[in-house]
Amino acid sequence: MESFGTVDGPGVRFVVFVQGCPMRCAYCHNPDTWAMTGGTLMEPSYIIEQYERNKGFYRGGGITVTGGEPLMQIDFLIELFSLAKKKEIHTCIDSSGIAFNPDSAEFMEKMDKLMTLTDLVMLDIKHIDNEKHKELTAQPNTRILEYAAYLNEKKVDMWIRHVVVPGITDDDKYLWDLGYFIGQFTNLKALDVLPYHTMGEVKYEKLGMEYKLKGVPPMDKDLIPEKKKVILDGIKKRRAELGLVKAN
Amino acid sequence: MKPEWTDFVGGKWQTEINVRDFIQKNYHPYDGDEAFLAGPTQNTKDLWAMVLDLQKQEKEAGGVLDMDTKVVSTIVSHGPGYLDKSKETIVGFQTDKPFKRSLQPYGGIRMAEKACSDNGYEVDPEISEFFSTHRKTHNAGCFDAYNDEMRACRSSHIVTGLPDAYGRGRIIGDYRRIALYGIDRLIEDKLAQKASTGRVMTDDVIRLREEISEQIVALKQMKEMALTYGYDISKPAKDVKEAIQFTYFGYLCAVKEQNGAAMSLGRTSTFIDCYAERDLANGTYTEEQIQEFVDHFIMKLRMIKFARTPEYNQIFAGDPVWVTESLAGVGVDGRHMVTKMSFRYLNTLYNLGASPEPNLTVLWSPRLPENFKKFCAKTSINTSSIQYENDELMRFDHGDDYGIACCVSSMVIGKEMQFFGARANLAKCLLYALNGGIDEVTKKQVGPKYRPVEGDVLDYDDVMSKFTDMIEWQADVYVNTLNIIHYMHDKYCYERAEMALHDRDVKRYFATGVAGLSICADSLSAIKYAKVEVIRDEDGVIVDFKTTGDFPKYGNDDDRVDTIAQELVTKFMTAVRRHHTYRNGIPTTSILTITSNVTYGKATGNTPDGRKKGQPFAPGANPMHGRDTHGAVASLASVAKLPFKDAQDGISNTFTIIPGALGKEDKVFAGDIELDLN
Repeated sequence: MESFGTVDGPGVRFVVFVQGCPMRCAYCHNPDTWAMTGGTLMEPSYIIEQYERNKGFYRGGGITVTGGEPLMQIDFLIELFSLAKKKEIHTCIDSSGIAFNPDSAEFMEKMDKLMTLTDLVMLDIKHIDNEKHKELTAQPNTRILEYAAYLNEKKVDMWIRHVVVPGITDDDKYLWDLGYFIGQFTNLKALDVLPYHTMGEVKYEKLGMEYKLKGVPPMDKDLIPEKKKVILDGIKKRRAELGLVKAN
Repeated sequence: MKPEWTDFVGGKWQTEINVRDFIQKNYHPYDGDEAFLAGPTQNTKDLWAMVLDLQKQEKEAGGVLDMDTKVVSTIVSHGPGYLDKSKETIVGFQTDKPFKRSLQPYGGIRMAEKACSDNGYEVDPEISEFFSTHRKTHNAGCFDAYNDEMRACRSSHIVTGLPDAYGRGRIIGDYRRIALYGIDRLIEDKLAQKASTGRVMTDDVIRLREEISEQIVALKQMKEMALTYGYDISKPAKDVKEAIQFTYFGYLCAVKEQNGAAMSLGRTSTFIDCYAERDLANGTYTEEQIQEFVDHFIMKLRMIKFARTPEYNQIFAGDPVWVTESLAGVGVDGRHMVTKMSFRYLNTLYNLGASPEPNLTVLWSPRLPENFKKFCAKTSINTSSIQYENDELMRFDHGDDYGIACCVSSMVIGKEMQFFGARANLAKCLLYALNGGIDEVTKKQVGPKYRPVEGDVLDYDDVMSKFTDMIEWQADVYVNTLNIIHYMHDKYCYERAEMALHDRDVKRYFATGVAGLSICADSLSAIKYAKVEVIRDEDGVIVDFKTTGDFPKYGNDDDRVDTIAQELVTKFMTAVRRHHTYRNGIPTTSILTITSNVTYGKATGNTPDGRKKGQPFAPGANPMHGRDTHGAVASLASVAKLPFKDAQDGISNTFTIIPGALGKEDKVFAGDIELDLN
């Protein structure tokens, strides 16, 4: 848990990290959360208690669950957010969407329930191209993109996050494609474009793991506004086609 | 109505000295953003370049550019001084030229001499002789009255930073009164006050009558001083330029006569905005002109300087003046008090660049308008020069016309003042409790010869009981020492200029302070939850500790130790309250060593929490460095639990965070993360 999260959703947030993730993103800066075992077992009621204790700090903020991959622990999320909504706490999930499984009726029932309790999903789309996505994360992006559509259908607010890695995700074509894809969703509220940094590398060394992006330089921060603009252009194009652009 | 008051909404303020009433009837809350602000004029840029050059010269000269060694500083001691008369819209220096430090021996001649000699100057021998033989100083008075115990406590640093050789400061004159009423009206009021004192000549009445007489002399001299700059301040200010100038003259008189530990300005911006709004409406001045007046005013405040010794600068980490100006806040009627002038004051941080002085302090409330909050956030990110304090907490006691003296001491402007009281070293007191009053560094018997702890392992109940007794003793000697100090300060170094701008019957706070709170809390926690063995030296004095096992540490939102910290604050305050205080001052305490924590640490031996001899204390109410391991909220929550009612003079927490951890650069505040798809 982190009691003072400022980059994980609106306002100052109480951030809960869950253990376990099926993705193996080359630049993940929390590789210690990959394993499906480990971590500390915590009761949702305990988490809410900790939040309530200092709720004065979270005015305008709320609770964010991140990971790991939160959706791997959907039962826990439902229980936690049920308690949170009783206290009128703003709820947010920071997810890659990889665990989304529309083929499982059981999962979808739970997901439908969870979405009634969730105010915001921050969806991290690693790469819009499926093949490149597999190279980068060892997983296809199909379900992730399906999840975005699902969120739109459920009218759950969505922030898209995208990390720009030099030589891997900084190609304007893919950025534009990403924008064009997410441009169709009316639940899209914000776009957060992040420059790749190498601060995660030391963790890999400590954990004795291989760092796949060794040698890739950090992304120049100053180039981010341009990259963001490419995505925005894609979004605008799609919106124009769909007649979603608001009149000035 | 006086001609200078035309277009103002009338009220009680016309028939009595009541600046607050004037403000409430006449100020215009401003909800807009910063777009109206004007940049610096060419004159401002030129003047500021001169100041920067003087600053550079001063630095090159070793910290002091010029000192007066012959003329004792009073309101009228020096002729007018200028940077460049043709360009300055707001004028006035402490001496006859900028960056020349004045000679102020009333606090203590030796301190004044040392401040000069340490900087390569020598006080005129005639002045030294006069203040050693013919005119007693505050410092000499204190040492005449101190007893042996007080002297011992002073030199062993169990009470420390006492204002017995320098000005106590922390008194804010209501400088706005000069602008609103003019000096003549204020003198009239003081004469009426003098006529209204009790007829039985008790000590109190005699002192009051003498003080009011001094105040009247000061007011007359203010008029005289202003005339040398070509201003007649006997009448009210007629426009915003004069309102700023007259207010500044008042403040200038205070710093000509008092080299106080903190010489704060008060709460002037909303008051001055009443004039600015009137002038803008009448077309008297443009926004650019008004900003220029404000820039020149702030520039002057940045040039306030005092002669000080290196030791003084060590205690206070530099040469601070604490020209604190309190901005914004919310009125008791629910309207916020942000005006365009609040923006203009902050805008000086852009027009002149970032600066720690004046100490621009925003009285923060969730009810301040969003645009102002955003501007504050942005300015903080860009300049790191804004202090924030909790208006919600202070308004409850002080209403909506209080200001901050120094860093956190709140007082109603013109109605309340403070007797500043330095600090009691609580960590050292704990060691005295263990050692039966023997100082762990000097091995002298400084405190009372109580029974020291016996055995090798510390027992919580035993230590707490002994500590409680020792706190009682410490508070006793501390308050008594302060009683002497403030008696002598009133007698030999009275703040006549500042007090002339107060009501007759002021509420006096008797401020005390503690240092080393987190060390004591953690030490007691170690004794309670781990095993602490003592190590004695050859004289049997406990000089070190061996701690086995872990223990909860203050700063992690852990009630097991946080309650100990709370208990200590209340214990200390209760002990202080038990005492007689000079002039029936209302006792308060503060937990706010912002810089002197280093000095206190040097004078204090090993402590049971694991801190080593000589290591700094945590500043103010901060957790000890590196011991708050549960994130920012947990750390802040521990501090927030301290009882404000028992630390009403303020609780400070020095909190440093890398900008990135406060959100995505400054973009979140600017809303850039949001999508604008139109």
